[in-house]
Amino acid sequence: MVDVTPADAVPPAEVAEMELYHPHSWWTKYVFSQDAKVIAIQYSATATAIGLVALVLSWLMRLQLGFPGTFDFISPEAYYQFITMHGMIMVIYLLTALFLGGFGNYLIPLMVGARDMVFPYVNMLSYWIYLLAVLVLASSFFAPGGPTGAGWTLYPPQAIMTGTPGGQDWGIILMLVSLILFIIGFTMGGLNYVVTVLQARTRGMTLMRLPLTVWGIFTATVMALLAFPALFVACVMMLFDRSLGTSFFMPAIVEMGEQLQHGGGSPILFQHLFWFFGHPEVYIVALPAFGIVSDLISTHARKNIFGYRMMVWAIVGIGALSFVVWAHHMYVSGMHPYFGFFFATTTLIIAVPTAIKVYNWVLTLWRGDIHLTVPMLFALAFIVTFVNGGLTGLFLGNVVVDVPLSDTMFVVAHFHMVMGVAPILVIFGAIYHWYPKVTGRMLNEAMGQFHFWVTFLGAYLIFFPMHYIGLMGVPRRYHELTNTTVMTESAHDLNAFISIMAFLVGFAQVVFLFNLIWSIRHGREAGGNPWRATTLEWQTPETPPAHGNFGKELPIVYRWAYDYSVPGAKEDFIPQNVPGSFGSSREPA
Amino acid sequence: MAIALVLVLVVVGSVLFHFLSPWWWTPIASNWDYIDNTIIITFWITGVVFAAVVLFMAYCVFRFRHREGNQAAYEPENKRLEWWLTIVTAIGVTAMLVPGLFVWNQFVSVPSDATVVEVVGQQWQWSFRLPGKDGKLGTSDTRNVSPENPLGVNASDANGQDDVVVEAADLHLPVGKPVKMLLRSIDVLHDFYVPEFRAKMDMIPGSVTYFWFTPTKTGTFQVLCAELCGQGHPLMNGVVMVDTQENYLAWLGEQQTFAQLSASQQVGSAE
Repeated sequence: MVDVTPADAVPPAEVAEMELYHPHSWWTKYVFSQDAKVIAIQYSATATAIGLVALVLSWLMRLQLGFPGTFDFISPEAYYQFITMHGMIMVIYLLTALFLGGFGNYLIPLMVGARDMVFPYVNMLSYWIYLLAVLVLASSFFAPGGPTGAGWTLYPPQAIMTGTPGGQDWGIILMLVSLILFIIGFTMGGLNYVVTVLQARTRGMTLMRLPLTVWGIFTATVMALLAFPALFVACVMMLFDRSLGTSFFMPAIVEMGEQLQHGGGSPILFQHLFWFFGHPEVYIVALPAFGIVSDLISTHARKNIFGYRMMVWAIVGIGALSFVVWAHHMYVSGMHPYFGFFFATTTLIIAVPTAIKVYNWVLTLWRGDIHLTVPMLFALAFIVTFVNGGLTGLFLGNVVVDVPLSDTMFVVAHFHMVMGVAPILVIFGAIYHWYPKVTGRMLNEAMGQFHFWVTFLGAYLIFFPMHYIGLMGVPRRYHELTNTTVMTESAHDLNAFISIMAFLVGFAQVVFLFNLIWSIRHGREAGGNPWRATTLEWQTPETPPAHGNFGKELPIVYRWAYDYSVPGAKEDFIPQNVPGSFGSSREPA
Repeated sequence: MAIALVLVLVVVGSVLFHFLSPWWWTPIASNWDYIDNTIIITFWITGVVFAAVVLFMAYCVFRFRHREGNQAAYEPENKRLEWWLTIVTAIGVTAMLVPGLFVWNQFVSVPSDATVVEVVGQQWQWSFRLPGKDGKLGTSDTRNVSPENPLGVNASDANGQDDVVVEAADLHLPVGKPVKMLLRSIDVLHDFYVPEFRAKMDMIPGSVTYFWFTPTKTGTFQVLCAELCGQGHPLMNGVVMVDTQENYLAWLGEQQTFAQLSASQQVGSAE
C-alpha cells in the first residue's frame, strides 16, 4: 500500500465527448426516452408494480399456511399458482430488474462519469421489451387455466402435464415466452452496462477507483450475460416439448393410466440448465447488494471501506466461483452421488470470500463516525440477515446435511433470508440514500424509521423461526400441512404467528410507497449532496442531474471513492473530482 | 442507539429460541445419526460466528456512534488482519466440510448385505416391489405400464415373476437390516422422504435412483413426497411400518407376487 498518483496530475482524455440524442417532444423525453436516468425510473416503477403483485401473492400463501381450511378460495391449484408466480416475480422481474435495470441504469453513468450509457437506443429497447415480458407474465393471470403452478423452478415433466395448474393450458407457455422476452431485453441492457463501465469512464477513473456499487453491478451483469443463455435454451426446449411434442426433457411417461407420446428425454438435464443459470442468479442479485451496501456503510460511517482491493477481488472471485457450484441445488435430485463431493467442496470454498466481505463491512464500522441514518440502519440490518442466511447456507451446501433439510421449510427460510430479505433491505437503504439525488428531496424520516423497524424485525421474526419448522422435517410446497405427522400443534401456532408477521411487514411497505409519493412534493429540500458523499453522482451541477449528467465538462477523477475522514483535510470527505494533495489520502493502488 | 440494543437482543433472542423452543427435529429412527451430529457441529460453528459478528457490530454502533467532534479513523487496509481472518474462516469451513464429506461417503456406499426394495412413485401414490425368493428384481419399463401391470414389470423376465408387488399400500421393513431403496417414477418427479429416517432422494421417470439406510426402531412412519409433483403433492402420503423380523415375515407371507397378480388379472378379464 503506497501513495499513488500525485493527486494533481491530470490524466489525458481517453474518452471522446459523446454525441447525445436530444429529445424533441414530451414523448421522447419522458416515455420513449433514451436517457439512462429515465429508463432507470421506468425499470424501477415497473419492477415495483409487479413486485406488489408478488407481495399480495405472499399474503395469500400465508393466509393458507397460517390458517389452513379457513379460506376456500385458496384451492391447491391456486396455491401452487401463487407460489410459482411469487417466486418468479421476486427473483427475476423484481430483484434482477431493479438492481440491474434500475440501479444499474441510474448509477453506472453517473458514478463512472459518463453522459449516458454508450448505446442509448438499445437501452431504451431493453426497457420496452422488459415491460412486454412483464405484461405477458401478468396476462397469464387472466388466461384460461390461469398461470402456471409448476413452482418457480418449472421442473419438467410436471410443468407441462395436466396434473399441474397451467401445464396443459396457457400458463406455462406464457411463463416461458415471458422469460425468453425478459432475457432478450436484459441482454440489450446488460451489454450496455458492461461496455459503459469498460469504455466510458471519465478521465482518471481507473478500474480500481470505481465505487464498489459499480463493481457489484458490473460483475453481476457479466455473470447474467453468461448465465441467462442457459435459462434461455432451457425455456426454448421446454416450449418445444410442450407445443411441438419434442422430448428434450420428457422420458416415457404414463400419466393417469395413459401412455404419453414422449420418450427418451432427460428431466435432470433441465435441472442442470436451470441451476447453471439459477445459482449465478443468486449472486446476480447479491453482488449489486454487496456493492451498494459497501458504499452506504462507508458514506454513513464517514470512513473508507475497509480493504477495498480485497472487496473487489472478493466480488470477482465470488462471481467466478458461482459458476461451479450449481449442482448443490441438486444433491437429492438423483444425479450421480459422486458429484456431491465436488459441489460441496466448491460451495464451502465460496464461503471464504463471502466471509471476507462481511468482515470488511463490520471493520468499516470499527472506529468510524457512525451516523444512524435510515440508509445506515438498513445497511446494518442487511448484515444481520445476510450473515444469518449465509450461515444457514453452510448447512445446505454441505451435501450430507442437505439430505434431511432439502425440500423442507428450512430451505424456504434460508433463501428468503439470504436472497430475499437481505438484498431487499439493501434496496430500501439505497432508495433512502439516492432518492434525494433522483428527486431533489429527502424521504420523510419518521415514516422511514417506522418502515425500517417493522420491516427488519418483522422479516427476522418471519424467517428465523421458519428454519426450525423445516428442521422438524416439514416439506416446502405443501398446500396442506394438517395431515403431516411431523407438524405438531404448536408448530401450527408458530405458522399462524409467522403469517401475522407477514401481514405486518406487508403493511409497512404500503407506508414506504406512500412516503415515496408524498416526499416528491413534501419532502425536505435535499441540495446536491445531502450525505456529503465522495462519489461523482453527488457532484453533478444540477439535482436531479440534467440530460447529459455533468454540464459542459465531464468531471476529472483524482482519487478513489473512499476519501472519508482523511487526516488533515478540512472536511470529513473529499469528492473524487477534487484535485490537490491536501490531507494524506492513502488510496490503495 | 436503539439499534445497538436491538442487535444484542437479536442475538440473545435467537440463541434462547434455539435452546428453549419446542421446535426441533423429530426423533431419529435410522442409522443416520451421523447426519444429525454433522448438523450439530454446523449449528455450533455457525452460531458462534453469528453471535460474534452481530455483537461486534452492536459494540461498534454503540462505541463509534456519531457525536459532535468525532472523527473516523483512516485505515484503508490491514493486510495482516485480513489474512488472519481468511485463515480462521478457512479452518472453520474445513471443520464443517470434512466430517460432512466423510458422512456423505457412507451415505453413498451401500453395504453389500443390504436388501433391495423398489419404490415406484406416481401421481399421487406410492407402490413397492420386493425381490422374491431368487433375491433379484425383474427388469421394468414405463412402456409396460398398464392397468394389469401398474408397475411396468417386464413380463418376459423370469426374475420378475416372483417379485412381491405392493400396490398403493403400506410398506413393511424388518428392523435392524440395511435396506437399499431403489427409486423409480412412471410420471413426474417425486421424492421418497421419511423425516425420521433423515434420508431422501428424488425419483425420476426414466432413471433409477437410490439411497440406503438401516431402520433402528420399530413403529409406523409417514412417507412424504418432497418434490413438487402437481396439485396432489401434499396428499401423496404413504406409510412405512418397521417390524420385528417375525411380524415382517408374517406380512410378507400375505403379499402377492407379480405372477399371482397377473394370473388373477387374466382370470378376472376372462370371466
